Amino acid sequence: MMKDPEARIANVKRWGDDRLFSIESPEVAGLARPGQFLMIKISSQLDPLLRRPISIHARENGRLEIFFQVAGRGTEILARKEAGDTLDIIGPLGKGFTLDERLKGMRVLCVGGGRGIAPIYFLAKELRGIGALPVVLYGGKTAAEIPLRTKFEEAGLPVLCSTDDGSYGFMGFVTGLAAREIKSYLPAFLFACGPDAMMKAAARLAESSGIPSEFSLESLMGCGIGACWGCVKRIRREGQENWVKICEEGPVFPRSEIVWPEEGD
Amino acid sequence: MVDLSVDLGFLKLKNPVLTAGGTFGYGLEFAPYLDLEELGGFVVKGLYYGPRGGTPPPRLVETPSGLINAIGLQGIGVEAFVAKVLPKLRDLDTAVIVNICGETDEEYIRVAEFLNGHAGIAAFELNISCPNVRQGGACPALDPGTTFRLVKAVKQASRLPIITKLSPNVTSVAEIAAAAEEAGTDAVSLVNTFLAMAIDVETRRPKLANVFGGLSGPAIKPIALRMVYQVASRVKVPVIGVGGISSGADALEFLLAGARAVEVGTANFVDPDASLRVIREIGEFCERHGIQRIEELIGKLETS
Repeated sequence: MMKDPEARIANVKRWGDDRLFSIESPEVAGLARPGQFLMIKISSQLDPLLRRPISIHARENGRLEIFFQVAGRGTEILARKEAGDTLDIIGPLGKGFTLDERLKGMRVLCVGGGRGIAPIYFLAKELRGIGALPVVLYGGKTAAEIPLRTKFEEAGLPVLCSTDDGSYGFMGFVTGLAAREIKSYLPAFLFACGPDAMMKAAARLAESSGIPSEFSLESLMGCGIGACWGCVKRIRREGQENWVKICEEGPVFPRSEIVWPEEGD
Repeated sequence: MVDLSVDLGFLKLKNPVLTAGGTFGYGLEFAPYLDLEELGGFVVKGLYYGPRGGTPPPRLVETPSGLINAIGLQGIGVEAFVAKVLPKLRDLDTAVIVNICGETDEEYIRVAEFLNGHAGIAAFELNISCPNVRQGGACPALDPGTTFRLVKAVKQASRLPIITKLSPNVTSVAEIAAAAEEAGTDAVSLVNTFLAMAIDVETRRPKLANVFGGLSGPAIKPIALRMVYQVASRVKVPVIGVGGISSGADALEFLLAGARAVEVGTANFVDPDASLRVIREIGEFCERHGIQRIEELIGKLETS
């Protein structure tokens, strides 16, 4: 992990509220693993004060890529950046997905909902790199909200899409699509990133089908480096539940360790 | 070469910049981003005797130029600190100050007595001012009598110097500082966070699970500065200024107001090396103004 105060944005793609930035930061890119994230400074002034945690989407030709959605003041400001602007980034942070050599030759489901698709691309490419057979399941509300589907196709990664309204692919939630897939074959592993409700449903599915799984959690973060203890989630280890910093010990956790919040929380 | 060292009487610092408890983890988290030995010192996150779970999330809310937190002093406790962390801090050429906490007077004393015997700690910062551990933001530092009693008890138990960290959530912080001084504190640091809240108007719910939290960051700096000035005018023990410092100019304001040292807090979250920037900018200011020793500036506010 390191700080790069002058990471240049080489390219920007826009779809509605979604953005894909390609960023020149060779050293950070060199260290990055799927599931890790960056802390990106939003303002050179004092407001908005805090950096924002943004998942690493890809490493392409030595460049880092981030894919994010306007979700508040910070990402709204970030979304206005242009190619040629520089970003002050810290990264790569956190522990990513487990890339187990034993997945070689095995089918692996990689499930991404909405902006949660961001780390799934990097993950699927690296899984393919170790000889696993990733199948990407990509869900959004409408066809317009799954803009990365062609990118997966162009990379030769098998991708199946779902939309809530049926405007593209499977009609329904991406977890419904996952359930359909699992009926025809049993994947060796399931990885997921997305809204809590989606991940919780995916976790239930993985548990009932006996598929080992990992999930990338999201939280507000003060620092991203383990100092503020603000980003905690409930984690169960050896029968003990604790508030655990997801920036340092996550954001990826195995299903067996995650204590999902109750509905309405 | 500017001499940035300051003398707190009980402790000499190579420069007046410390990092604030609760914003710097146990120090080691920052080692990838800065040389810890360049700091005047750092304050280790508050320690109770045992491990502590903290408050449920959400624990943070960003506000204009500020941050409200309700962490609830989650931490590893003194035994894990001494076993796992202190050995890595012990030989650093910088002042390691440990922020100590307690649910009761007895726990503060136990924590001090446990840590007394371990080399590598320069001083204790007595945390009597965290707003997030008792109902409604209550803490010992809200009352001069309670402050006096607790400081006196810990001072008697401690073999190390005590810096008492004060709360701004009082009518007269100078009165509390005077009580801490009378009880024998070696220094005071101020301010801890301001009791605050934020509401989500869509859900009509508080944005923090704890309802209340403590406001820090640049937003509080002017109020913290005023309080430091008032306290420095009242007590003789050294005053350490804390509150929204993120630049050399911010730190210099506190030094001119009478602080002998400062703590950089929330800025560490934004830039892990913010404290080094503060040190560098203080040095540059002194060079620009032909100041040879930073001590020359302390308390030199001109009001007439």
